[in-house]
Amino acid sequence: MDQLLNDFSPGLFVMQAVILLILILLMKKFAWKPILNSLDEREQGIQGALEAAEKARLEMKNLQADNEKALQEARIERDAMLKEAREIRTKMISEAEDDAKSQADKIITQAQEAIAAEKRAAVAELKSQVAELSLEIAEKVVKDELSDKKKQMQYVEKMLQDATLN
Amino acid sequence: MKITSLPIHFLAVISFLLCGSLINAQEHSVAEANDEGPVNTQQEITDYTNHHLKDSHDFHLFSYQGSDGERHSVGFSLPIILWASNGPVAFMSSEFHHDIDGEVVVKKGGSRFVNLHDKIYELEEGADAIVMGEDHHPENAHKPFDLSITKSVLGILVVGLLLIFWFASLGKQYKKKKIPTGFGRILEPLVIYVRDEIARPNIGEHKYRKYMGFLLTVFFFIWVSNLLGMTPFGFNITGQIAVTVCLALFTFFIVQFSGNKDYWKHIFWMPDVPVIMKIILIPIEVLGMLTKPFSLLIRLFANITAGHVVVMGLIALMITLKAQFGAVGSTGLSLVLTLFISVIEILVAFLQAFIFTMLSALFIGMAVAEHDHHHEHDAAGHEIDDVEDVREEFV
Repeated sequence: MDQLLNDFSPGLFVMQAVILLILILLMKKFAWKPILNSLDEREQGIQGALEAAEKARLEMKNLQADNEKALQEARIERDAMLKEAREIRTKMISEAEDDAKSQADKIITQAQEAIAAEKRAAVAELKSQVAELSLEIAEKVVKDELSDKKKQMQYVEKMLQDATLN
Repeated sequence: MKITSLPIHFLAVISFLLCGSLINAQEHSVAEANDEGPVNTQQEITDYTNHHLKDSHDFHLFSYQGSDGERHSVGFSLPIILWASNGPVAFMSSEFHHDIDGEVVVKKGGSRFVNLHDKIYELEEGADAIVMGEDHHPENAHKPFDLSITKSVLGILVVGLLLIFWFASLGKQYKKKKIPTGFGRILEPLVIYVRDEIARPNIGEHKYRKYMGFLLTVFFFIWVSNLLGMTPFGFNITGQIAVTVCLALFTFFIVQFSGNKDYWKHIFWMPDVPVIMKIILIPIEVLGMLTKPFSLLIRLFANITAGHVVVMGLIALMITLKAQFGAVGSTGLSLVLTLFISVIEILVAFLQAFIFTMLSALFIGMAVAEHDHHHEHDAAGHEIDDVEDVREEFV
């Protein structure tokens, strides 16, 4: 202990204290402060970047989910549209068929009517021609019959006979 | 930041010029009294080791036998600055001509000085030579206040300049780039290590920043000083008790000045114990306040001193075991063992810097800790074991 105390140099102690104090102050100002600040800054930067990356990842995930959803919706919509189209087609076909049928029916009816009308006209004409012809024949016959008086009488008699009075 | 580079380079240039002139001035001087040639006997080895462990007024690298038969010492003398009875005195240590036995008397500023075992003594009025008393202390001389640039002070300055140069340039690098390059890439993880492994866990997330300047400086100062002690320049900075006392006192004062109400309350009026215990605990706690820095200073001093003694003892094996193993055998053995212990010493250099900083941070953390957890009880009524409780018990 005596040796230790004897070795203790007050001058060295003072020099060390002064130098250490100056060293701490200088190092604080020119080294530790910029170093620690930069380290903090960098660590915060890394932290921020990590957080941003995590956020971006989540966003990406959300985006993907959204995409999936949109795709699903699009698929459903397409199916609906296809179905509708099919229905419309069927409907249109059936409508067209109905139309065509009714049209055909109408045409047939008209044709039948026209045929009937033609027929009637033809019958009427035939009738009138037959009447005319019969009249002509009757005229000729009558003319012929009535050319002699005897015959006329005979005829009137015959007619009278036929036309029994009631 | 541009301002820093100028003084650093300026200082570096100045110190180099100074060193250069000192070496030139020393080159011709001849070792006389002290340097008696090769160290051979057991006593000489012990003396040499003791001499190395102490601070010195010379920067002595080695000496050799010149062709003229005289011993030449390679190194340079250092300035001696004293506050003697007749005011301040400054001269170069070369004026003692390497004498450490108190035989060469230097007359300066009306006082006479001798160098006795690398301590400068001022002779009393009328005395011409030093007279040793019964207790191996000089009778007719006293120690003036010695502010010399001794070998250790030079070492402290070198370490300080190295630290400023390294870390200021690292700090400057961040202006231009996010990630440092070159040597800064080695220094940066060390700074982060001190911050994340020493300061943050011990002091706490919110308060650690204030103490980083002290902790980082002390950590790197001790580490580089310890490593400098491993070099052949023979520095022994952290093995000087004055240096470790100074470092521990810094910790002591920082702890006392940052102590909060709870800290003082735990020393002078311990909560949650009976009144009698409170009174008994006061001296114990006050003693604890003092033993903490004391353990710091003794631990660092003892570890570094022991390391140097062991390394020097193992180097000396090549002389002490020469008779048993022969020159080659003892040298080989010494080389292997010294190499082995040097590797351990490199580990110890870091370890001691780490422990000193770690414990300083711990003491600061205890002084600034919020002690509200003393009243926290869990559902079962047991006190919750906080990390800090465990730590306090451990310390």
